[in-house]
Amino acid sequence: MKLIIAIIQPHKLDAVKTELEAVGVNLMTVTSVLGQGRQKGHTEIYRGAKEAGGLLTKVRLDIAVNEDFVERTIKAITKGAHTGSVGDGKIFVLDLAECVRISSAERGEKAIG
Amino acid sequence: MNSGDTAWVLVSTAFVLLMTMPGLAFFYGGLVRRKNVLSILMQCFIILCVISIQWVLFGYSLAFGPDFHGIIGNLSWAGLNHVGATPNPDYAATIPHSVFMAFQMMFAVITPALIIGAYAERVKFSAFLIFTILWATFVYDPLAHWVWGAGGWIKSLGALDYAGGIVVHVSSGISALVLAVVLGKRIGYNHKPIRPHNLPFTVLGAALLWFGWFGFNAGSALAADGIAGNAFVTTNTATAAAGLAWALIEWWHNGSPTVLGVATGAVAGLVAITPACGFVNPMNAMFIGIIVAMVCYVAVAIIKGKLGYDDSLDTFGVHGVGGTVGTIATGIFAEKAVNATGNNGLLFGNMHQLLVQCIMWVVAVVFAVVMTYILYKIVDAIIGMRVEEKNEIVGLDLTQQSEAAYTVIE
Repeated sequence: MKLIIAIIQPHKLDAVKTELEAVGVNLMTVTSVLGQGRQKGHTEIYRGAKEAGGLLTKVRLDIAVNEDFVERTIKAITKGAHTGSVGDGKIFVLDLAECVRISSAERGEKAIG
Repeated sequence: MNSGDTAWVLVSTAFVLLMTMPGLAFFYGGLVRRKNVLSILMQCFIILCVISIQWVLFGYSLAFGPDFHGIIGNLSWAGLNHVGATPNPDYAATIPHSVFMAFQMMFAVITPALIIGAYAERVKFSAFLIFTILWATFVYDPLAHWVWGAGGWIKSLGALDYAGGIVVHVSSGISALVLAVVLGKRIGYNHKPIRPHNLPFTVLGAALLWFGWFGFNAGSALAADGIAGNAFVTTNTATAAAGLAWALIEWWHNGSPTVLGVATGAVAGLVAITPACGFVNPMNAMFIGIIVAMVCYVAVAIIKGKLGYDDSLDTFGVHGVGGTVGTIATGIFAEKAVNATGNNGLLFGNMHQLLVQCIMWVVAVVFAVVMTYILYKIVDAIIGMRVEEKNEIVGLDLTQQSEAAYTVIE
């Protein structure tokens, strides 16, 4: 089991969701986050006082999948979120130790999908 | 000079200011994404500053100054020369000329502000500023002269536009459509509206617009009299009917009556009654409100999606289409029994009035389309109207104003 964490551009969420659904990945958690990568932040000005290094809004997806779904999930996210410029985001893949479905108390691989 | 009239028009002037800022600003501001809300508030605020100055320097003189062949006012009233406490009987015999000028100033301010809805979330601030000044000078001022100025050629035809259905709403609405088409869609737009970030702002803005519109319409009587009273009642009645009708249509068509629907319907009603409010009776105003809700609903919810242009906040769908409905309705429902200085419409046996209304509409549309296209091309060639793709994605608040409306983490 793997946990896939993807940080993407907010306006690409719909496209990524569509691509994920097309390959059978329907379960995900979405949060709005702040961050900066190679795109760097931005400068804000309030009554003449400059503040450099402001963070940009991004969207974070948390998706738990079984091994056979890892590659297609990565490809779907990449396809949906890609524009080719800096700021498109990143995908992290982590080992997942356990998964429990609260409603049925199922555990492990059968609890994921 | 009449102190009652003067007091009412002064108050009405402040009402109409409230329509732009904060009314329209919050109506539009709530509809955009959170990363662009300040850009909308900024554009509305700066228009209030810039057009107020333009109007005093030369705008008022171009629109209402001494006539030059029915086409434009001359510059003899530039800098408000000859515009003082003495009334000008060509426009309003019972109030100071300066009060009439100030009242008209607020109309000149809100009209280019309405266009913001078409290029919201993707226009470069510097380009927006230059375009706005050019549009006010070369579209609004001449059109206001033709329809309202003493000696204006459309006025001489006998066309009726009580408070600006043509001059304000059709002109801005049609220009908005041109800009939405030439500027292209927002990144990520695909035939459905991008979700509004704060509907309570939009509802607040719509309510302030309704309130301010009493100054816009009833104030256009330029007197505290029976015609002002009629305009007040027809304005409220048409607006109520349109808000209710929109909610019912939506309930039947989509399954739920939405608050954005009621607010949009009410604004469409306000727009449609604007040219008619001083000429029609309250029952016909109710009818106009119902018709405009139906027509604008089809324009916004069905036709826009099919044609695929991105009129971000529906300036064309509500103001262009609503203003058209109102202008034609004036040619049908106007009656001399309501206002002896007006005329009878089709329903009261005067086919000619409907024809004149249609001529005025065609002229305004052709003029606004051609001029807006030319002005867009000029500004786009000099500095580019649209922001870079990267800046559009990050948002206009951070890239154009260097500010953020909301903190995510303190």
